Amino acid sequence: MTQLLQAPLGTNRLLGAAPDLPLPHLEAGGLIALVEQAGLTGRGGAGFPTARKLASVAGKAPGIVGNATEGEPLSSKDAVLLSRSPGLVVDGLSLIGSALGARRVLLAVGPGVPTGPVRQAAVNSRVDVLALTGGFVAGQESALVNQINGRSGVPSDGLVPVFRRGVDAHPTLVVNAETLAQLALIARCGADWFRRLGTPADPGTFLVSISASRPATVAHPGVLEVPRGTPLRAVLTAAGTDLDRVAGVLVGGYHGAWVPPSEIDTLLTTADLARFDAGPGAGVIHVLDRGNCPLEMSGSVAAYLAGQSARQCGPCVNGLPRMAQTLQRLAVPGASPGLVAEVVRLRGLVHSRGACSHPDGTARFVASTMRVFADHVEDHLRGDCDARARRLDQV
Amino acid sequence: MRVHVDWTRCDGHGACAELLPELLTTDDWGFPILTGGQREPDVPAALERHARRAVKACPVQALRLVD
Amino acid sequence: MTLSDLDDALWALGRGTGVVALLMFTTTLVLGIVSRSGRQVAGLGRFGLAELHRTAALTGVGLVAVHVTSLFLDPYAQLKLVDLAVPFLGSYRPLFLGFGTLAVDLLLVITAVSLLRNRVGPRVFKAVHWLTYVLWPVALVHALGNGTDAGSLWMDAVAVFCCGAVLAAVSWRLLPSYAERGRTRVARVVAR
Repeated sequence: MTQLLQAPLGTNRLLGAAPDLPLPHLEAGGLIALVEQAGLTGRGGAGFPTARKLASVAGKAPGIVGNATEGEPLSSKDAVLLSRSPGLVVDGLSLIGSALGARRVLLAVGPGVPTGPVRQAAVNSRVDVLALTGGFVAGQESALVNQINGRSGVPSDGLVPVFRRGVDAHPTLVVNAETLAQLALIARCGADWFRRLGTPADPGTFLVSISASRPATVAHPGVLEVPRGTPLRAVLTAAGTDLDRVAGVLVGGYHGAWVPPSEIDTLLTTADLARFDAGPGAGVIHVLDRGNCPLEMSGSVAAYLAGQSARQCGPCVNGLPRMAQTLQRLAVPGASPGLVAEVVRLRGLVHSRGACSHPDGTARFVASTMRVFADHVEDHLRGDCDARARRLDQV
Repeated sequence: MRVHVDWTRCDGHGACAELLPELLTTDDWGFPILTGGQREPDVPAALERHARRAVKACPVQALRLVD
Repeated sequence: MTLSDLDDALWALGRGTGVVALLMFTTTLVLGIVSRSGRQVAGLGRFGLAELHRTAALTGVGLVAVHVTSLFLDPYAQLKLVDLAVPFLGSYRPLFLGFGTLAVDLLLVITAVSLLRNRVGPRVFKAVHWLTYVLWPVALVHALGNGTDAGSLWMDAVAVFCCGAVLAAVSWRLLPSYAERGRTRVARVVAR
C-alpha cells in the first residue's frame, strides 16, 4: 500500500520536491529554540514535543536514532517517506547529530520499509542505516535500543529511560522518521513557514495512511500529507471514500480509537480527537465498512495484538489473549451478556501493568470499540448482527 | 518513596503481596495489582519497613523502592 | 583434659557438624524447590518459605565453617591450609577430601553471590544459584567417602533419607504440573 495520492489539500511539503535551500548548520541552543518556536511534535505516535526531547540529551554527546521501523500494520507513511524523500530524513538526522555533538547517528529501518533509497541518500553523511527485525512492539523506544545493542528487541523496564541510558549505554534520542523530515524542512524554511499550515496549538502537516476494511469503500487508499486540523471528512473525501458506507473510522492505528460516522467533521488535532480517546498518533486512518462487523474486526485486531506481545510481562501475556477471546466470543451473535462485564474487567486488569504501553493501547482500542459500537453490542446480545444482514443483502 | 515493579522480571511469585497487602494484591495469574490502579503507589512511612522486607523477599528482584 | 581428649572432641565436632550440615543443605535444596513452585505452605506464606530456605542455607554455611575449623585444628585430620581451597592435594583420602574442598569452594561462591545479589543482579544470581545442584551431590560424596561414620547404620539412614528427599524434590521439579504460577503457567495464546 505505497501508492501516493494527489495533494488536493494543497500540501506537498514532505513528499514533493525538496526546497532549493541549503541545510543550515545549527548549534544545540539554536536548534532547540527553532523547533520550540515551530511547535513540532513527534509524528511517530506519542506526539511528544520534539524540542523537549532534544533538550533532554543536549550536552551529553548522545546517540541519535531515527525510527523508521513502522511496526503498525495499517501504516505505510514511513515506507513512502523513505522511498520518496529519504534525503529529508538523512538531513534531519545530520542536523541533530551536528547540533548535539552526537557520538553516533543511526537510522533504524523495519522490514516493511525500503532501504535502497535512504542508503543512497546517506552515502556522504555519518548516518548508519540499520535494517532491523520488526513486529508491533519493535519500534518502542527501549525495544529499538535493545535491538541496536544486540539484545532481544523487546522493551525494558522504564525505570531508566533511553535518554539517560540507551545505545551503547549512552544517552539516546529516538525520533520518528517523519519528525526528522519535518525538522529538516523547518531548518531550511523557518518556524513561521511550518506554522502557516495546521492550527496554532497543533501546527504543521502530517502524513496519514488511509485504508478500509472493504476495498471498494475507499477508492484511493494510500498515504496523504494533510495539515493538522483538517476535518476527517475532508481527508476521507480526498481518498475517494464512499461516506454512506462508513460505519466507523479508526484513528491512530491498533492502539487508537474509533470516531463514529456522526462525528466525521472532527478536526484532526490532538485536542479535538481527545474526546474519543484518540489522537493523530502515527497518522493511521482506517475506515470500517458497514458490511463488516465491528466486533469481529476488533476481535481479530485484539488477537493480533495479543500475539504481538513481547511475552515478558505476566498481565500482558495472560490478559491480552483472554481479552481477545472474550471479544471474539461477543462477536458471535447470541453471546452472553456476562461477556461485556468480563471485557471491562480484563481491560482494567491489563491497564498500566506491563513494561510498555502495549497492554494500555490494546485496552484503549477495546474500550473504544465497546463504547462507539455499544448499539452493535446490544444487537449481538439479542442475536442480531447488522453488518451481516447488510453483507448478505449485497450478495 | 514509591513502589516500582519491574514487569519484565516479575514472575508472579506473590511473596510481595503477602508482606505488603495494603499496597499489593494479586490477579488471576498471581501477578501484583497495585492499589488505586497507580503504576507506582506511594509508601506511607508506617509501611516502609514492610516494603523493604517485601523488596528483599522477591526471588527475582522485581520489586524496588524508588524516590 | 588431656590433649588427646581435645583432639577427640575436635574430631567429634568435625564429624557432627559435617553430618548436620549435610542435613541442612538437603533441607535447603528441598525448600528451594518448593519455593520456586510458587506454592503457599500453610502458616508460612511464600515469603516465609523463602526465608526458611535462606535460614537453612546460612545455618549450613555456619556449620561448615565450624566443621572445617575444628578439623583443621585437629592434628588427626591432617588438614593443611591449602586443602581448604585447592582440592585433591590432601593427605587423608585425598579424593574424597578433594570433594569436600570443592564443596567449600562452591559454597563460598554461591553464598557470596547470594548475599550480594542486589549488586550482581538477578541474572548472575540465578546462574550461580544453579551451582547448588552441583554442590549438593559433591557434598554428599564427600560425606560418604570421607566421613568415618560411613557404613554405620545411622549414617546410612541419614544418607538414604537425604538422597530420597532430593530425588523426590527434583523429580517433582521436572513434572509439567510443577509450576503453579507465573509465566510458566501462561493461558493458551489466541492463534495469530
